[in-house]
Amino acid sequence: MKNFHFLLSAWIAVWAVFFAYELSVASRLSKLSEDIERLKRQLKQG
Amino acid sequence: MKGRAAITVLAAALIFFAGYAALFVAPDEATMHEIQRVFYFHLGSWAAMYSALSVAFIANVGWLVTRNPHWDWLGVASVELGVVSCTAGLITGVLWGKPAWGIWWTWDPRLTTCFILWILYVSYLILRGLIEEPQRRATLSAIFGIFAFLDAPLVYASNRLWRGQHPSPVILGGDNSGLDPTMGKVLLITVPAVMVVMILVLVDRYRLEKLRYELEELRLVEEERGSAANSMPIKELS
Repeated sequence: MKNFHFLLSAWIAVWAVFFAYELSVASRLSKLSEDIERLKRQLKQG
Repeated sequence: MKGRAAITVLAAALIFFAGYAALFVAPDEATMHEIQRVFYFHLGSWAAMYSALSVAFIANVGWLVTRNPHWDWLGVASVELGVVSCTAGLITGVLWGKPAWGIWWTWDPRLTTCFILWILYVSYLILRGLIEEPQRRATLSAIFGIFAFLDAPLVYASNRLWRGQHPSPVILGGDNSGLDPTMGKVLLITVPAVMVVMILVLVDRYRLEKLRYELEELRLVEEERGSAANSMPIKELS
């Protein structure tokens, strides 16, 4: 098992890349939803 | 929301089983031994990339033909997922290359065409960020996306057309190619595991683009209201 650390790093890398991207999408989604709600409220009031 | 949670749990279970199968079920490869097990997720990343970029290509053509914004949202969402999957494929390749070849990287035809593909689609995303007008942005990026996709079949064919450091294909590679039946079965778990994750993220990324469009529309309404209020005669305002 002399190359096990390469194997482990490669597997972690695959899921880390997807997970980090999903986190970034989820954070952008929540910020956009807030912006949309705020704008809708402003438009209703004004 | 419940459906989404169920699919996420299913995806997590699939990832776990895929890892287990790749580590404990798949047989040891005769020359590379344990490092060959990178193959199961390396191939999964490439399958996800080809699927995402094929969807992007269809969406780019769809936008140019119909001018329906749904195609544009799907186009940019799938290109981003294609870049993410390509990045995962390149990283796993580098981490497999070092112990197998003794070098991190070489300008072999497969690696070079793949790196060019990555650069092309990153350029697509940069291009989109530079154009403000939505219609123009969608049209120019669709044209660029179709052009970039020309490299995808070249990446696939590169190790069939030219000899290089990268191994010859083991699947659909002709008479001298082939895969151990157990390895093939393990691939049937690992490739769908990566694909399911890719599709789940793609759905979220598509929703994000849809919300961006909604926000742009609301801002336009706000601006129109603002300019209408400014152009009102003084009497009406008071």
